Parts: sequence; C-alpha cells; structure tokens
Amino acid sequence: MNIIGKPRRRVDGRAKATGQTKFADDIMLPRMVHCKLLRSTAPHARIVRIDAARARAHPGVLLILDGRDFPIPYGILPVSQDEHALAVDRVRFVGDPVAAVIARDELTAFEALDLIDVEYEPLRTFAAPEDSLQHDDPRIHEYGDRGNIHKLVSLEFGDVGRALADADKVFEDTFFYQGNTHLPIEQHAAVAAKDPDGKLVLWSSTQTPHYVHRALAKALDMPAAHIRVVATPNGGGFGGKSDPFNHEIVIAKAAWLLDRPVKICLTREEVFYCHRGRHPVLMRMKTGVNDDGTITGMEVQTVLDGGAYGSYGVASTFYTGALQTVTYHIPAYRFQGCRVFTNKPPCGPKRGHGTPQSRFGQEIQLDKIADALGLDPADLRLRIVEKPETLTANYLRLGTIGLAECIRRVTRAADWSSKHRRLPFGRGVGLACSSYLSGAGLPIYWNDMPHSGVQLKLDRSGGVTAFCGATEIGQGSDDVLVACVAEVLGIDPIDIRAVTGDTDLTPVDLGSYSSRVTLMMGNAAIQAAERARDLLADSVSRKLAVPKDRLVFADRRVFDTENPSVGIAFAEAVQLAEAAFGTIGTTGSYTPPRSAARFKGGGVGPSPTYSYSAAIVEVDVDPATGWIHVPRVWIAHDIGRALNPTLVRGQVEGSVYMALGEALMEEQIFRRLPPRLSHALVHKFPSILEYKSPTTMDMPEVFTELIEEPDPRGPFGAKEVGQGPLLPVMPAVANAVFDAVGVRIDEVPTTPEKILKALEAKAAGKPARYGPSHFPDVPWPEPLQVPPPWEGGDGKARGPERATPQVIQS
Amino acid sequence: MMRLPHFRFHAPRTVQEAADLLASASPGEAMIVAGGTDLLPNMKRRQQVPSTLIGLRGIAELRAISNGNASATLRVAPSPSRGDGLTIGASVTLSALVGDERVRRAYTGLWQAASQVATPLLRNMGTIGGNLCLDTRCNYYDQNYEWRKAIDFCMKKDDRSPERAALPGRAALQVCWVATSSPRCLAVSSSDTAPMLMALGASVDLTSAAGVRSIPLADLYRNDGIHYLTRRPDEILTSIRVPGADGWKSTYWKLRRRGSFDFPVLSVAAAAKMRGETVEAARIVLGAVASRPVASENAAAALVGRRLTDDIIAEAAELAAVPSRPMDNTDFTLVWRKRVTRDFVSYALRELRGDETTDLRRRLHAWHVVPGV
Repeated sequence: MNIIGKPRRRVDGRAKATGQTKFADDIMLPRMVHCKLLRSTAPHARIVRIDAARARAHPGVLLILDGRDFPIPYGILPVSQDEHALAVDRVRFVGDPVAAVIARDELTAFEALDLIDVEYEPLRTFAAPEDSLQHDDPRIHEYGDRGNIHKLVSLEFGDVGRALADADKVFEDTFFYQGNTHLPIEQHAAVAAKDPDGKLVLWSSTQTPHYVHRALAKALDMPAAHIRVVATPNGGGFGGKSDPFNHEIVIAKAAWLLDRPVKICLTREEVFYCHRGRHPVLMRMKTGVNDDGTITGMEVQTVLDGGAYGSYGVASTFYTGALQTVTYHIPAYRFQGCRVFTNKPPCGPKRGHGTPQSRFGQEIQLDKIADALGLDPADLRLRIVEKPETLTANYLRLGTIGLAECIRRVTRAADWSSKHRRLPFGRGVGLACSSYLSGAGLPIYWNDMPHSGVQLKLDRSGGVTAFCGATEIGQGSDDVLVACVAEVLGIDPIDIRAVTGDTDLTPVDLGSYSSRVTLMMGNAAIQAAERARDLLADSVSRKLAVPKDRLVFADRRVFDTENPSVGIAFAEAVQLAEAAFGTIGTTGSYTPPRSAARFKGGGVGPSPTYSYSAAIVEVDVDPATGWIHVPRVWIAHDIGRALNPTLVRGQVEGSVYMALGEALMEEQIFRRLPPRLSHALVHKFPSILEYKSPTTMDMPEVFTELIEEPDPRGPFGAKEVGQGPLLPVMPAVANAVFDAVGVRIDEVPTTPEKILKALEAKAAGKPARYGPSHFPDVPWPEPLQVPPPWEGGDGKARGPERATPQVIQS
Repeated sequence: MMRLPHFRFHAPRTVQEAADLLASASPGEAMIVAGGTDLLPNMKRRQQVPSTLIGLRGIAELRAISNGNASATLRVAPSPSRGDGLTIGASVTLSALVGDERVRRAYTGLWQAASQVATPLLRNMGTIGGNLCLDTRCNYYDQNYEWRKAIDFCMKKDDRSPERAALPGRAALQVCWVATSSPRCLAVSSSDTAPMLMALGASVDLTSAAGVRSIPLADLYRNDGIHYLTRRPDEILTSIRVPGADGWKSTYWKLRRRGSFDFPVLSVAAAAKMRGETVEAARIVLGAVASRPVASENAAAALVGRRLTDDIIAEAAELAAVPSRPMDNTDFTLVWRKRVTRDFVSYALRELRGDETTDLRRRLHAWHVVPGV
C-alpha cells in the first residue's frame, strides 16, 4: 500500500485552506436575482387569505409565489410525501414557508415580505408529544397511524416476557434525550437557472443531489432528464442537508418562470426552521440480567417528538430501536416506537440518526447494572460483547467487531482502573460504547440498482478522472474516491481529478448520509479501477512479455514484480491500452448484500458492516454549584482500516466535539407564550449565539485510538467513522457524573442546574437522580412476532403479516 | 443572509463635529456607532433602525488612554483614591484596553472584564464606550424581525399596543413577555466592563454641543430595559475616568455557558482597598441580574474593617446575593443563576484575599481562557 493507510493532506485541502472552494453562496451569475421566503408567524393555522398586491407593486419585485404554485407534494421518504414548497391552505409551525418574493436584490425581497398580508385562522397548537397523543383533532396531517400519531412500531424477537421473568434482576429506567440541531457553519444556499439549452440547473448545498433531483422532477412535474442538480461543497452537513428543501424547489420554479438565475441564502434563523435534527426522545428501557452480567432480554419503548412533517421520521423511529442488539448479545428483544406530529420544525436525521438517544439510555443503564452487580463497567461490557459474523435477534448480520479491543485500548489509555471509583469527590470518569452502520443496507426508494457508481476516464497523458455522485460535505469523500483509485492504479492522488455530486456528469451515488460513502463508493471505485488496471495489464503484459499476474502498478509505473527494472510508465501503459481497446473508460458499482431481515420494518438497521467505539470521559463537578467541566476524553474507534488516518482522526475528534455539545448544552427548545395572550409557539433562540454549542476553544483534550482490524466487506477493509464515534460520548459524560458525585442525570443535556437538583434530591433522601419519571400511554399495537435465528427463525414474521418488502430506509 | 437597512453615514473628525451632527438630527433619527459590534447586528434584526449613523472611528482624541489626575474632578463618594488615575477615550477598543500594561498592572478586574468580552475578533472592533452603552439584552428581544413578529413584538421594540388592544381577550397595551404583569421592560444589562468600572469608582464624560458633563458611572444607568441610560439623545459618551488604584485590588468573575464566547448571565465585580489583611473600603457590583449593574452596598459594608476570613466572605456573599433578581430571559435557569450568585461573590472575595484561583477559573472558562493569569 502506497497511499492507503498513510496520513495525507486531503485532495480538497488546498482549495479550502486558501479560500478557493466555491460554496453555493459564492456562485454569482449574470442577471441573477434573489429570493426570500415569507414564513408563518402562526404555529398551527388555516390560511384564510394571502394578499400580495402591495408586495407585487413594490419597486424591484419581480415575482411572488405561494402555495397555489406548488400543488404537488414531496418528501424524502415515499411513505411521507407531506411537504409542499410553500404552504397550501395550512401552516404547521412558526417558520413554515408561506410565500416567496423574488426581487432584484436581497434587501428589496426582504422589505417586500412585510408587504404580504396573510390572514390566519388559528388551530389548536400541539406543543408536546403528550398533546398529540391526547388529542386526535385537528390532525396536523391527514395521514399517519392515528390522529396525530405519525408512526407506531411494535416488534418482538423472542419471548421477552419470559426472558425478563427468568432473569436474576430486571432494571427499568426512563430517559429523556432533548432535541438538538446540526448547526453547520454554512447556511443552506442554492442557485437555480435555466441553462442555455433550456434545461433546469440547481446548485445547492445538499448532501443528497440524487434525491433532490427526484424531488424536483416530481414537485415541478418536469422530466428528470431535463434537470441537473449540482451539489456544491457543503460547509458542514451532519444530516441537516439531506432532505429536499422547499427553498430549492421554490427557486427552481422561479428561475424557470423568470428565465433568470435565482439565488437564495438562508439566514441562520431559517436554518433552525429547516432543522431535520435530533428528535427529542422519551424512552423506557427494561433489561433482564443474570448475576454474572449476561443479558437475558431487553425491552425498549420510545416516543419521538417529530415536529410538523414526516422527513426521515419513519426511519428515525425504527432507528431508536434498531442497533441495541449489535453491541452486546441480547437473546430476546422487544422494540416499540411512536413518532408524533407537533407544531415545531420537523426533526430528521442528525449524525447518528435516531440511535444516539437509545444508545444514551442503554449505556447508562449498563452502568447502573454494573454498579448494582458490583462489576466494573468495562469488565461487564467485555463479558457481553457480541460475537463477530453473527446474526442478531433482529436479523442484523454483523461483520468484524472490534469493540472488545476498543474497550481494552481505551481503558489502558485512560488508566481507567486507577481512576474509576478512585478519584476524589467531584472528579470522575465514565465509560460507554456504541456501534453504527457503515451505510444503510437499503435505499430510500425501493429499487434493485446499485447504491453507488463510479466511472473512470483514463487519459493518454496518464491523468485519470473519477466521476461519482457522492457529495463532499467536509467529511473527505473526494479524498477517499481519489485514494482508492490511486492505490489500485499505482499513481499519485494529484494525478486524479474527482468530479462528484453532479447529476448530469456523474453516476448515481445515493448521497452523503448513513455513513455509507466510504464503504459503498470506495468499493465501486476499487471495482472501476481494477477493471481499468486489467485492461492496462493486458496490453503491458503483451508488450513486455511478462505474465499479467506478475505485473505491479506502483510509483506511476507498471513493472514486473520479479524484475522491477522491466516496466513502463503508467502513461505509456494507458497509451498501449488505448491503442488496443480504444478509449479507456471503466465503471464500478456497489450494491449492499441482501438483508437477512424479511419482516415489515426490517429495512432499517441492516448494513454491510458496523463500526464500534468506546469512550471514556473525565469530568470535574463542583458539588456547590453543579458546574461541570470536561478536561479530557479518550476514545477508541474500530475503523477496520484507516484509508487516510488524518481524516479518520478528524472525524473522531469532530464527533467528540459535536457530542460534547449535545451532552452538555445544546437544546432545540421552544417557548410557548401564555395562551390567554398569544398563540405563539416559537423556537426559543434560533441564533448561533444563543443556541449554545461549544466552539473549538471550548474543546477538551482528546486522545484517539484507532483499532484497525480490516473487514473484508469494506474497501481495503475500511468501515465508517463519520457518525459512530459521536455516540458513546453523551452516556460517558452522564456515567462520569455519577462517578464524580454519585448522582444520575438520565437526561441530555447534562447541565449544572440538573446536577445541582440531583444533588439536592440525594441530600433530601430522595432518589439521587434527575430525569423523567413518567412515560405516556401509547396505544401500542400487538408486536409483530419474529422468532430470532436461534429459535429456528428465518427472518420472517409469524402470522398473517408475513414478508412484505420494506422500502423505508435511510 | 440578513441585510442592513439603508442609512446615512457621517464620519466626523472631531468630538465637536460629532456633537453638532447629533444636535442637528431629528429626535430618534440618529445614533452613534463606534465598533458596531452591538449596533450593526441589531440593525440587521431591525431592533434599531436609525436613518443616520454618526461614526466615531475617525475621531483621534477618543482613542487615547492617558494618565490623568482624575481624583480632582471625581465626584464618586467615598473616593479613597489618590494620585493619578486613567482617562480612557470612549473609542479605545477592548483589545487596546486589554493590551495596556497600566490597565493590566493596576486594574486587574478591568483587564479581566475586558478580556472576557465576546471574542478576540469582536474585541478588535468593539470599544469601551460601546460596551458601557451596550443595549440591554433579552431572549424575547434579541431575535430578528420575523421572530418578534411571531410573538406580536414586545414593549421594547415595535410594540403594537393599539392593534393588541383591539384584539378580543388580549391584554391591552404594552407587554413585557418576560413577566406579563411587569410595567417596565426587564431586558438585562449585559456589559462586562460596566459593573467593573462601577466597582472601581469610575466616572464618565458626556459631551453634547452645549458642553461636557461628568457623572459617576453608576448614575449613567437606570433599572429600565428600554431607557437604561441617563445619557440624553444629544450626548456622546466621550471618556471614562478611573480613579487611581492606590492600594486597591480588583477582580471580575463572569458566569456564562462557554468560556470562549458569551455575554455574562451573572457577573461579580469586586474591588477592595486593603490595609494589611484588613479591608479598608470595598465595592461589590453585580452584572446581568437587572436592567442595570447592581451595587451590593450592604455586602461591601460588611467587609469594611474586617479580615477576609471564610466566615466573613460567606456572610458578605449572602448579603451580596440579596439584590440579585435574575429573570427568565437569558441563558440558564433563573433559579440557578440566583442560587450561584453567592458562590461567584465568594470566588471574587477569595481572589481579593489572595487565594489561588487559577484552577477554578480554568474549570469555569475552559483550559485556554484564564483571565488574570
């Protein structure tokens, strides 16, 4: 390996460091005009009347659009086509777009917004999940499982009732995970234009150009072949740019009607309204264990506050119960999830998508179990780590598992055994583990086509161009693409040009979500490169009279492995091949293995393989004020193989950073004014200053350990790193607080106020914890019974609801 | 992105020229801008929409820090200071203030306060005068136009009393959403330097076309979130006079979520003149607990003539916390902010006593931001 595994400067590093990367808002086109959206000031209301006459007459205003211009709904999931680019008849949260103004400049468009008169007839406001569970009317949407319940899931793998009854001890806990948002530094921006040959082009800071392409074709009722979507480099995505967005559809239509380029750049407040961030989740967990710590069975119930639209919510719901089984062996497992609609910005996928919430609960509960059984939390986990190459109770096929090694390495690095339970009062350490998918096993819409495609063009100059629909969102996907091709062809990354994220130029890749790009695009790139190498090897073998299998591609040469001086330059090899076969272009593609799950709902969770992480967090808690400070974090991540260790470490540290924000301060919360005075239900502080998130200056020391145990399913053995390392940090913080001052904070974020309240409760002889005590009544359906593999199950459900293909995924 | 509204901009070269421009403007039309770090974002959110801005950046005389015999003109009582104090021009940037050795050596608390305002970039632009005149802050007010429209505005800006009065079942007239029964605006004084300069016994010069008047800094503030300054509309805050630091020690403690970047949601500015181990005089001023900085006179009095023992510190901290009345319009819960007031007062007094507080500051403000070290 000459490229893979060596720390390198990323291929797009120079452009970014020198300010030359062109983000969407950097695009300036001749005759370009600007769009602003008028957003609802009512949380839930019927639109009685929109009068835009004054705005239309305002100098510099070119076009006004409203819901009547966008009759066709869209949405990321086929089962949740519940959005309109501009509200039709109904607004569902403060911030829901109602009308659009396109004007000669942004200031004029902004001023004209205030000249549009909208009359609202208020409807009952649903501020919290309890409201939505109690009141079926009015329905926020005319679809969903019941009233204002969007989705109900009920699955059981094995007899959980018996497993809990047979356990030596049963632990039951309630946890709450507050919602939070992605907070990318780049606000969403997009430019649309009618290109010179009369087709539509959209440049947008999106993670998923392919899905935006499909949504535009649907919502605008245009042939997809006449639409080009170009994903501009994202200044951070984290899941917040993976839905098709109303502003993209609005400016596409406006550019089409005006035949002028139209730009929109959202304000920070509007980014909070786009949201699609972490669902607030209330959860109840019941786990049966034997005295040796082995788990007999587990039950998880979750209630998700979904906000006003579907988004990825159905998938998010499944994810709150999908990955409990992939870290520790759980012989019997029941999961029930419920997502409700409320009048708040829609929740969706944020880094870890639906899994951090229940991982938080599970890892704290394990800490409580260890404490109750008198076991060291690290030893307990080492006893119950799931075995590699296993089919879990819920039919997830696991690949390599580096979790035990993660635990061993991280405890050694942190000197765990001399710290845990041994630091003075006020200081403590906590451990937690996690796992995440290396790419969703199923696409978002049902199809049998590859998930990622790569095309290579080999030039007789020796240069190579790699085309792929994957999107560079800062994670380094362009670098992975180039590195894989360079390694196989034996050339340098600088010899390769990456063309990515452009639906006209590049083969489809489903997008930068679910930690899928390295594994899927990487495998497709290797396949394409190996096919090209094969053609070159044919020609070189003939020319040099060396058997093909003795040829090596390295250092920009093709040579005889037994006699390295016999060889030719890479460019010459391309010329020979071009002479022999004509223009050299190859393709590669990747389709994940078929899932073992064949029950309804089994589409969420399967992945080609899973990454594993373990983290230890040290905290310093002032018992007088509750003030919490994190001086150090140790984290070990099972990456399979680090293709570019610099990028891998960057992702691990970035995950720790984002996780500490969630653990300690971030809250996407809302303010309801006194109902007798106002209908308002507003985001409490849609501002990058008042929505508290740590800055780089607030980061503690982070010690990263990479576990490299190549997984044959990944490119050169690589697994994901974009999301997994975030997951263990939040519960590790809570566990560390317990070690420091002996109280449980069963809630995210862990704040000084909550710690102080828990300490006061402890001092008053009450349970030494802060967290939810109540779980609402949910009309759970009878669980779908799926016998686990060890009970002779075949992945299908028992009874009438057998094996319908599940198409929901992310 | 958010755009500034249109406005006319004047760049006078002298204080006199600026004062004349201000005097000739129609009432409520013109505002003064120095660094713009507070005003310009507010204008983007349409919290203020002056049609004219008078910029102070071009006025050289406002950018100097000089030794001056401040005690002669000082009317702050009691004034224990002797000898030279400092006269700080209102346009001195916070970075320049932080970089001044005289400030760092003699006025530790001021140096600590100024170095904890916002971020280095904002301190490069923001001025000491601007920080003293900082608009009061509130979670219901520091929002953009559309957000405030969604709550029907509030009494501090764009209140639509006639429209609200016309709505059936609605409270009439002006509303402060922080406490709907409050007759006045409860927005919070959020300046870091104001409580500290008050504790140092500073005074300020206010210059208008008619002349200069000098008032104790404490008299610049009113406990009203809207009319929070006693500065007349035609006056410019031109300089700050700090009495000599002879025998005085000072310290500033700030509660905020992030050590890197946040307004205070509670601050304690304390200064004491020591004779040996005995406190000869003291001032304790709390920031961010009302619409103005709040002096804790009882707490200060409790220290005079005594040694800073743990018991005395605890007693003073309890007394200092009494006037702390945080409201639910900033970060953190108000109960907790109230609760930890005494802890922060005791941190300040322990530092004045000479206790080592580096570790405590490090825990509060993250490892890299340790003012006073």
